[in-house]
Amino acid sequence: MSHCGQTEIENELQADKKIVLAGNPNVGKSIFFNYLTGIYVSVSNYPGTTLDITSGKMGDAAVYDTPGVYGVGSINDEERVARDFIMSADIIINVVDASHLERDLFLTQQLIDLGKKIIVALNMMDEVEKNNISIDLEALEKELGVPVIPTTAAKHRGLDKLKHSIDQAVKGNTIFAENSDLEKELKDIEAVTENRADALMILEEDENIRCQYPSLKTVPELREEIYTARRQRVDQITDRVLSYDENTSQLARKIGAYMLKPVTAIPMLLVLLYLIYQFIGVFVAQTVVGVTEELIFVENYEPFVRNIIANTIGLENFFGQLLAGEYGILTMSVTYIFGLLLPLVAGFYFLLSLLEDSGYLPRIAVLMDRLLQKIGLNGRAIIPMLLGFGCVTMATITTRLLGTKRERIISIFLLGLAIPCSAQLGVIAGLIAQLDVFYILVYVLTIFAVYVLAGTFLNKVLPGESSDLLIDLPPIRLPDLKNVFNKTYQQTVAFVKEAGPIFVFGAALITVMQKTGLLALITRGAEPITVNWLGLPAETATAFVMGIIRRDFGAAGLTSIALTSAQITISLITLTLFVPCIAAMMIMIKERNFKESVYIWFGSWITAFITGGLVNLLIF
Amino acid sequence: MTLVDMKHGNKFIIDKIEDKETRLQALRFGISEGSEIESAGSIPGGPVILKKNLQEIAIGRRTAEKISVKKKGMI
Repeated sequence: MSHCGQTEIENELQADKKIVLAGNPNVGKSIFFNYLTGIYVSVSNYPGTTLDITSGKMGDAAVYDTPGVYGVGSINDEERVARDFIMSADIIINVVDASHLERDLFLTQQLIDLGKKIIVALNMMDEVEKNNISIDLEALEKELGVPVIPTTAAKHRGLDKLKHSIDQAVKGNTIFAENSDLEKELKDIEAVTENRADALMILEEDENIRCQYPSLKTVPELREEIYTARRQRVDQITDRVLSYDENTSQLARKIGAYMLKPVTAIPMLLVLLYLIYQFIGVFVAQTVVGVTEELIFVENYEPFVRNIIANTIGLENFFGQLLAGEYGILTMSVTYIFGLLLPLVAGFYFLLSLLEDSGYLPRIAVLMDRLLQKIGLNGRAIIPMLLGFGCVTMATITTRLLGTKRERIISIFLLGLAIPCSAQLGVIAGLIAQLDVFYILVYVLTIFAVYVLAGTFLNKVLPGESSDLLIDLPPIRLPDLKNVFNKTYQQTVAFVKEAGPIFVFGAALITVMQKTGLLALITRGAEPITVNWLGLPAETATAFVMGIIRRDFGAAGLTSIALTSAQITISLITLTLFVPCIAAMMIMIKERNFKESVYIWFGSWITAFITGGLVNLLIF
Repeated sequence: MTLVDMKHGNKFIIDKIEDKETRLQALRFGISEGSEIESAGSIPGGPVILKKNLQEIAIGRRTAEKISVKKKGMI
């Protein structure tokens, strides 16, 4: 990152020109990207941000997909990254949701005002037809002054035409009328910046861009004036090109409304949670994992590997143990990752992508807003919280979408403390399914109580208050399955890449600890806590040590220890609340800072053991 | 009268948005002082849902209390 807080864009693609895809969130940009670039796609992580930018090549041009934004600016990290790609583009393909023209054209007009060459892909034309809206395409082209190509990307309509029209991208009609006051202000700054886009962003009070031109003395603050003028212009355009047939009742709209009316919304949410539990907790965690873990890996793969090792380097020496012993890299690690965790994680991401693409997620945010306000967050925080059930590490990154630093601290702490990740959750579901309803209730209520208490506590001690919700509710849509599978695949691969090395490292570490006698020492040393305070067998210390490396690793470690129902419940409570895994810690340090992360780490230790012990004392 | 007083189906005009950040965000979403809006309900004690043509946005309660509105036809 430069000292002005801008993203430095890699130029490894060696292209003659840069084509940037820009648009509001959920308008289908990625489908265009995949169509234009074909198979070769690289995902890069930009320094200072953890937002993934996908790039690829189309002929001699480099194509970049940017995060969805409602405007070019610096409200959050997504906007800053999108801004820097947009500012450096030669051509912008602006993907617009045709059924939300009033909202989307604000960005379009801003891109035009930046003086960039633009072509508009007017996407989701099928929704427009379904909703009985008609759009005068010719008038829209004339008003904007740039080519407009109607498309329905999900059904691959219009993509070919768009691809062949990219070279026709031109600069459009700006809001700056000749000889107007605004135009004069813009010209004055442009004289210094020698760059139209930078000049406009400076007038719109963008600090990062302003910082690049220290020679500029005073600059008028015109953001509100420009925004108002732009909004008026967009309203004028939509008035001219749109006509509605108001008397249409749409099934999707009705469902959307029911999802928000508490009387129907709460039962719907409960049914959804039940279905999720049935799918992940019962079908994937038991049926699928039963086949993958037990049948494929434990019964066939592991004996096969042990056999090979026994016949080559032998099982009884250190390396044999390291590779194929009790905690072997080739046996236990591989079984845990591919047999146990992979199906769970894939199942979870599949559901999450479905929820995301159907438009239900923002409605859950609206429903939960009131409750989340009580722990200092707002409804948007439901997204990282839900993602946390997938992988706390990735969820920690998405806390960036929360408005304030305070909200990020609260949600990162709660994520680290009380949200089990899907891998861990799956193991927990497998263990808890053996228990009576009573124990399940004790587990769920304890975790929930800790979550609420910790949130309320942080909300009280941290200065400031929660910010207010302001979100757009996308229409309810039937998700495009191909897109859902695509996302699931990408996220699952990312999980294996991330978790794999840590598992291998963790398994090696435990073998070393076992061989050197360190594990026995820790197990004995921890007895006052594990045996006396928590009422668990001494071997559970191993699961906790494994849990420090990765939480799901710890939960998986429990499966091999014989425990009573009460002991399972206690150890699950303690392990859930126990320290965030190494990967999550590293992301926390990166996202926040070392001091806060250490507080979170020790805070989790203390909370976990105190809660586990209390439940042991009071209930069992 | 503010946004929170609107019932499902009420049509009204945005009179004033006090907070500058909210005003700018709302402008991007297509809602500005003078826009004609319809209420699409609210969560008791929670956010208010607005509808403008086919678009719906949800606004947190505290902000909604700061947006004053007038009924259509009133000047």
